[in-house]
Amino acid sequence: MSTYTKKQVSDLVKGDLDWDTLHRMLSMPKDKGRYSHYMSVLQDQVSWKDKIILPLGPHLFLAETSVEKKIVTKCSCGHEYGDYKKNWKLNALVYVRDSVEKMEEVYPRLMAPDTGWQVYREYYCPSCGVMHDVEAPTPWYPVIHDFQPDLKTFFDWLDLPAPAGV
Amino acid sequence: MTIQQTLVSEETKSAKLLRSGLTLNEHRNMILQRTTSSGFYDGLETLDFKETDPIGYERIFSKLRAGLVNSREVAKKIAASPIVEQEGELCFTLYNVAGDCIATSTGIIIHVGTMGAAIKYMIQNNWESNPGINPGDMFTNNDCQIGNVHPCDIATIVPIFHAGSLIGWVGGVTHVIDVGAVGPGSMSNGQIQRFGDGVQITCRKTGINDTPLRDWLHESQRNVRTPKYWILDEKTRIAGCHMIRDLVEETVREEGIEAYEKFATEVIEDGRRGLTSRIKAMTIPGKIRTVAFVDVPYAHEDVVVPSPFAKIDTIMHAPCEITVKPDATWRLDFEGCSRWGWHTYNANPVAFTSGIWVMMTQSLVPTERINDGARYATEFRLPKGTWTNPDDRRTAHADAWHFLVSSWSSLWRGVSRTYFGRGYLEEVNAGNSNPCNWLQGGGINQEGEIHAVNSFETAACGTGACAVKDGLNHAAAIWNPEGDMGDIEIWELAEPLLYMGRTIKTNTGGYGKYRGGLGFETLRMVWGSADWTMFFMGNGYMNSDWGLMGGYPAATGYRFEAHNTGLQDRIGEGKSLPLGKDRDPGECEFEKHLGPDARVKRDKQCITTEAIFENGDLYLNYLRGGPGFGDPLDRETAAIADDLNQNFLLPEFAQKVYGVVITQNKAGEWSVDEKKTMARRLEIRKERIARGTLTQQWMESERQKIIDKDASVQVQQMFASSFYLSARFLSEFKQFWDLPEGWDLKEEELGIPMFGAKHHMDLSELPDVHPVIMTEQ
Repeated sequence: MSTYTKKQVSDLVKGDLDWDTLHRMLSMPKDKGRYSHYMSVLQDQVSWKDKIILPLGPHLFLAETSVEKKIVTKCSCGHEYGDYKKNWKLNALVYVRDSVEKMEEVYPRLMAPDTGWQVYREYYCPSCGVMHDVEAPTPWYPVIHDFQPDLKTFFDWLDLPAPAGV
Repeated sequence: MTIQQTLVSEETKSAKLLRSGLTLNEHRNMILQRTTSSGFYDGLETLDFKETDPIGYERIFSKLRAGLVNSREVAKKIAASPIVEQEGELCFTLYNVAGDCIATSTGIIIHVGTMGAAIKYMIQNNWESNPGINPGDMFTNNDCQIGNVHPCDIATIVPIFHAGSLIGWVGGVTHVIDVGAVGPGSMSNGQIQRFGDGVQITCRKTGINDTPLRDWLHESQRNVRTPKYWILDEKTRIAGCHMIRDLVEETVREEGIEAYEKFATEVIEDGRRGLTSRIKAMTIPGKIRTVAFVDVPYAHEDVVVPSPFAKIDTIMHAPCEITVKPDATWRLDFEGCSRWGWHTYNANPVAFTSGIWVMMTQSLVPTERINDGARYATEFRLPKGTWTNPDDRRTAHADAWHFLVSSWSSLWRGVSRTYFGRGYLEEVNAGNSNPCNWLQGGGINQEGEIHAVNSFETAACGTGACAVKDGLNHAAAIWNPEGDMGDIEIWELAEPLLYMGRTIKTNTGGYGKYRGGLGFETLRMVWGSADWTMFFMGNGYMNSDWGLMGGYPAATGYRFEAHNTGLQDRIGEGKSLPLGKDRDPGECEFEKHLGPDARVKRDKQCITTEAIFENGDLYLNYLRGGPGFGDPLDRETAAIADDLNQNFLLPEFAQKVYGVVITQNKAGEWSVDEKKTMARRLEIRKERIARGTLTQQWMESERQKIIDKDASVQVQQMFASSFYLSARFLSEFKQFWDLPEGWDLKEEELGIPMFGAKHHMDLSELPDVHPVIMTEQ
């Protein structure tokens, strides 16, 4: 099994990793130690102290709060979306592209969906305005709760102690 | 999996194909029982052969695998069809006696499952006694009700014997260019039922003593439009199967029958364990929810079908709940899918479950050890009556891929969330494009022969973005891991269609920190045909892919066709011509180079049926791009400048979506002002906050629309169809939107035909038919 340095994982996250190493990551068995380096790299990118335990996106994390040891969903800017078991989207801002005009802001004429069939829902951070997700459902579709991790089992798989709030 | 009651008729007892004296059905049922009770394939708690003689085990595997790949490479040179010879749309697979896959070649590996289902059907329906299974036999199958994806995938299956006993099977499949459906082309439109879907062959014995039967040859060749390709495709399949049969016989001579038979069972348990170990190594346990849609716009005047009840707009709905379990097996539950329909996009459960491995071999199990073991480590639930598991034997399947690839695109997103969470960013894929358009048609070609075409340029669409790099441009299609658009010169030989241009399609990759791969477009002019029709087949009103983690979906499709173009006059007069680049469809560039009487169709109607095309008429084949990853405002400015300078992106959308401030010099080269861009991106973030609504607040207005039943008929039909089939989906929907207890939505309210909704007849209701069922339903 290959192993990688924190610097290499940091380059991976930044999109700067050399092709030879990236290819090795693709073709060799996965390195179990990646998770620890990855969390460390991500933690270095944010200004807050809560401990990142799982990223949901480039700017969205599950983090263990430093005082109460609760697990919350949190933006890279520090905005909190509440308990990690709840769908963070319900506490985000949403902008729905549901007209020709709104669709033509993002795609040329004829290259966006017909809003009688499908809309785009863009989910933004209420504090910093980063776009965490774009859904493309029909009108009426419930907001998707994308991922509900089983953290206890996950940490078992990693052979690491689970956070207290799990 | 299901265990069917053992057949005990007298004629079965007289059949002695196995050394054990068991019938094939008894043998298979015992394997299933041991698997169910132990959790290990055939009850193999230990892999004795692999552990005691690892070199011998690997020697057999390597020989078989190399032989399968080699046989495919050699056999495909026999074919004349560019679909097989250029695109590699063929596959050879080796099975054990029970019809479980041991190893497969490269190529369209979805058929690991479909040919296995055909073998299991023969076992379960007592082919052993009638028509009999003997050395030198050949069986042919393309029946979608047994598990085939679509009728154009024709499988030849050959039993393998040793010392008078059956020791396995080999199957070979090719995607033929035409199967004599109502519409010409291998994945056509126009028919809405099985009875127009082309010739369907149900595990028929088509050869004895290694020779195809003459009645089969005469009958089959006159049932298709393209017998020349049909004949050579069949020779391809037979040659490959016989090469592999020779290889197995040689392996048995070298290693001994006992070792071979042990291997043929252990390798499947090995494959099962392989998947669970990869799930544990790469993913995160928990629940992932995802969904996909496809537009079926059949109310349009350019969709001509034989039955009025099919003339409605509908939407395919494919929600999926993926559960990665603590024991590192997983369950994929498609509860809530919409009903099958009167079109050619329905799928059999085997096509659904087997096809998923085409995708997973590109991420979760990227090894050459593809066999049925992965299926045994996976629970599938495909509810009966949905498009994934029709409960009516009339359904058409010619382009099942249209729905299949769309529903699988959401699975990429689902599993990619877990790769991303663990830091395996290199594996993340925002999804696959909906690989289309399918340019199809037929008539009398440039050689004066009856002909049909299906351009496989779509085997090279844009791929989804990764979490560390852009998607690949015009590179791949999910159903064919080879990814090849084919040579222009070969397509021009095969089709009466000249290339006016072939070029990358601007603005088709979904935006993001990393953008989706771009598609491409080819403009074809009809030339040299006598009578010719064509039609379009792709997504237009909707996207089936989404973006991932802030990335946008790819661009949707659109249609361009032109008739009475005046091009022959313009060529004679030396005037300008449309040469293939429709850079911004709103600008109507092609129309500037056509005669004054040209009739143009430029719209979102990307599914049509046969339309007449005269020589000089134009058809735009637009192959789609892939979805994007991450917030576009995070994209490096140098990458955006590069996109602009390569004509990958229109400047308007560089500014609006990526937030760059750009200038163009006299040489036409674009550059990005870093400082101004940084300021502009901050402004865009503020604009987002200003225009956004708190989701819970927005939900109140959306809820009111639901109560008022304010949505298009096709959207309401989709929900009503899913509600009828799934009380759970209806309950969760009502709970999410906090709807009044009495709220409901039924198709009866919509004033559209509902044929098939309430009255239907399943294949299992036919006499003496025992369908193979390998999923929960």
